[in-house]
Amino acid sequence: MSSAPEPAAFRYIGKQRRTKEDPRFVTGRGRYVADIALPGMKHVALVTSPHASARIKAIRTEAALAMEGVHYVLTGEELCANVDPLLVGVDTPKVVRYPLAHGVVRYAGEWIVAVVADSRALAEDAAEKVEIDYEPTPYVLDPEQALLPDAVLVHPDHGSNVLYRRTFTWGPVAEDFAHSQHQLSFRVHWGRSATVPIETFGVAAQWHPGTQLLDIWASIQMPKFPDQTARALRLPGNAVRVHFDVDVGGSYGVKRGIKHTVLVGYLAKRLGMPVRFIEDRLENMRGGDMHGPDRIFDMTAAFDGDGTIRSLKIRALDDVGAYAGRSPLQLGKPVGAIVGPYRINSVEYEPISVLTNKTAQEAVRGFGQAPTNYAIETAIDRIARHLGMDRIELRRKNFIAKDQFPYLIPSGSTYDSGDFEAVLDKALDAAKFDDLVAARDAAREAGRLAGIGIATCLEPSGGNSAFEPLFNPKNETTTWMDSCLVRVDLSGAITGVMNTSTSGQGHETLVSTVLGEVLERDPDSIRVVHADSLNALPSNSPVGSRMAIMLGGAAAGAAKKIKAALMAIAAHNLGVPEAALEYRDGNISVGDDASKSLSWDQLVEIAHRKFHKLPPGLEPGLQAKFVWEVPTGGGLPTADGRIQMYPCYSFEAHIVLVEIDPLTAQPKILDYVCGHDCGTMINPAIVHGMTYGGIAHGIGAALYEKFAFSDNGQLASQTFMDYLMPSAMEVPGIEIVDHCTRSPLTEFGQKGSGEAGYLGAPAAIASAINDALAALGKSVDELPMTPLAIWTTLQGESSK
Amino acid sequence: MSERLYKVRLKVNGKDVEAEVPSRQTLVDFLRDTLRLTGTHVGCEHGICGACSILLDNEPVRSCLMYAVQAEGCSVTTIEGLSNPDGTPGVLQDAFCEMHALQCGYCTPAMIVASHALLESNPAPSEAEIRDAIGGNLCRCTGYKQIVQAVQLAAENIAKGAK
Repeated sequence: MSSAPEPAAFRYIGKQRRTKEDPRFVTGRGRYVADIALPGMKHVALVTSPHASARIKAIRTEAALAMEGVHYVLTGEELCANVDPLLVGVDTPKVVRYPLAHGVVRYAGEWIVAVVADSRALAEDAAEKVEIDYEPTPYVLDPEQALLPDAVLVHPDHGSNVLYRRTFTWGPVAEDFAHSQHQLSFRVHWGRSATVPIETFGVAAQWHPGTQLLDIWASIQMPKFPDQTARALRLPGNAVRVHFDVDVGGSYGVKRGIKHTVLVGYLAKRLGMPVRFIEDRLENMRGGDMHGPDRIFDMTAAFDGDGTIRSLKIRALDDVGAYAGRSPLQLGKPVGAIVGPYRINSVEYEPISVLTNKTAQEAVRGFGQAPTNYAIETAIDRIARHLGMDRIELRRKNFIAKDQFPYLIPSGSTYDSGDFEAVLDKALDAAKFDDLVAARDAAREAGRLAGIGIATCLEPSGGNSAFEPLFNPKNETTTWMDSCLVRVDLSGAITGVMNTSTSGQGHETLVSTVLGEVLERDPDSIRVVHADSLNALPSNSPVGSRMAIMLGGAAAGAAKKIKAALMAIAAHNLGVPEAALEYRDGNISVGDDASKSLSWDQLVEIAHRKFHKLPPGLEPGLQAKFVWEVPTGGGLPTADGRIQMYPCYSFEAHIVLVEIDPLTAQPKILDYVCGHDCGTMINPAIVHGMTYGGIAHGIGAALYEKFAFSDNGQLASQTFMDYLMPSAMEVPGIEIVDHCTRSPLTEFGQKGSGEAGYLGAPAAIASAINDALAALGKSVDELPMTPLAIWTTLQGESSK
Repeated sequence: MSERLYKVRLKVNGKDVEAEVPSRQTLVDFLRDTLRLTGTHVGCEHGICGACSILLDNEPVRSCLMYAVQAEGCSVTTIEGLSNPDGTPGVLQDAFCEMHALQCGYCTPAMIVASHALLESNPAPSEAEIRDAIGGNLCRCTGYKQIVQAVQLAAENIAKGAK
């Protein structure tokens, strides 16, 4: 697309403007899936597995079915015979997943029976009457043990517990290691957590026998959701209509919900009644299949005495639980930023995706990048400590410089642009870094534990799905397009149509701002609607920090077509070439000559009513669609696994001061600054909000949140009393400092920001905790760094 | 076997309400499913997330942790009762829009309920007092900063005479 203008040149983009969405939410008029009441709607409750692994010997449903108000009791036997398995992201045909277990269960909480009744309360009563006989079977919970040759197999037909394993070698790793003056190795563990939206997953479905159409309302953020639903239900794509106008109460990656929808869609069709399933929190935590990466990194770095980092070896063992959807691919996305913001010459990367008898993993904000950034940043801190070098100086020494872009990294992605030094400098200034150091040192002198954390991380954005062909050669997906349709109606009002649902990202504001900018019309006057899947243009949903780039780009493309049509109409009617025309606020004139001008209303009138005044060949009416391929997308991986992953690279520099209570080991964040560069911001309040929220998620992942399992495979943290999320008391008053390095690949220079904050905060907080503990020769090497983990470390022997 | 129903009389957003409810129906289900006041949301159903907060006799409470029958004789205010009579945002709601103190909007009605209760009792709260007041309401989108700013802005606007 065109080279971006200076931000100051924009009329609406980058300005402090209210969003379009907020008024309906603050007045309680959002429309979430649980707000949708269909006449005669029935409700689902589930019977779930109490065992981590068991054979199902018998299921007795008669007592439940006999209860008043109960309509149906569905078992896996019936469901699996009538629907197709859910899609798996890698080539593992024997790892089969259906919405309900059939024959065996593979984790505690797995769905076995669905009960349909007049109310959720009755459905729960009836679920308690379902009797199931189990024969408990051996299970495996430890991912390293799951790799052993004699391990219990989660899916015996698959022949092993490994879903994906490959060793990539990009660049002269052996030579770089041989020529380096130093090496160090360490292990860190990113614990199992997730973004856990306050709204659980939910879906309502209604089958229309007369038209053979299944209507779906769902709380989702899922690429190709209508297609996956239709395939599993053995329906043509045009027999499933997903309503994308349902407000989604938070997702941050996890609201995939395909198994929920296939279950409810099947029931609605089978029973001929509208059916709804809204997870309760227990169902959500145990069987919502929304746990995030659970990843052990074995890192080895090769570097010189002057701090030059030459090469990295990364082994990443990811425990994805008992089934796989897209989870193995979360090891693939980090390939596109595998060296972080650093000039590292070569990399060996061994991603291993392994099955265990735990709740299945799904996509979480950043799609695997936040754990990888944590591992890389830990390496940087450790190299600095090893060399006795300042952590900031080491980063500066290895940063890709701003005049080196576009910059090709060893794994095949080209970083579009950046100015890492400038962002770090701004963050250091805003944090008053010298004062921060003085405060830390004063705390230490007073006998307290204090540390400063630093993380400088990339946020790849503009999500394509290049990890699909990289991790599965049978999958030749090379486009991950998004679209926008723009209509100018007879009254002259503009409507933008987007083609996916929204979970808080402000897409209506995005589209209206972009359309207003290009057409020079007030965004407040522009309406944005969500198509349903039968009248939608292609979309791949708001994943991978992509919508500012992809939906913004599509909206701009469509608006430019509208503008071009208006110019053609004006040139034809004013009798001058288009080059002589000036477009201003939607009106078109020949220079400043008022007698030779056509107003917006006149132009619209011609387009809609006056065919005799349309230039030959121009379609009547005033509408345009634009479908945009991800910039730099379209390629397949090379034989050695190099590929261009996401197109645009945002950057964040986190500075954080933490004190640790010496008695309780409770960390407290005293200061938090984030320098952030996501190119041109379409709406700064939205970008800042997502960044604050991403940092809050990062604080949770770093310090509090963990899906812990007991030794017998039970989820121990299955309520919000055990799975601890940061409140306003734990999240400090974060300061964000903006920087703008415009992307050369996008219409306005924008990059993505949906995963901002989360991609660097865990690394920064871990860095701060370990800066505090380093004074005692200790470190914590696993997230979350709970008070107990820190306290235990403080009590133990010095580790180094 | 139909469930036995119990009569309950209460005031909801200033209007008298009389209904027959099962004894085990929670107040939040009554508000949402029976009265169709869907602005109050269900998050955890065990009293932690705060998404179901309403005002019960002007005090913020979790409506998932009480039964509808327990509201007998009480006055309930939900988010729908905090808008202006014509349905437009009230001062606090407007401040949430001005500061973009929300994203997905799911926790927002309860955040506004909690903040409203604070400002009723403390018209000029400090940042620490605001954080304390919303400390029982989890938000996964915002990191709370813009919420704190919105409550501060609302307090300023109310002090200037906004209603």
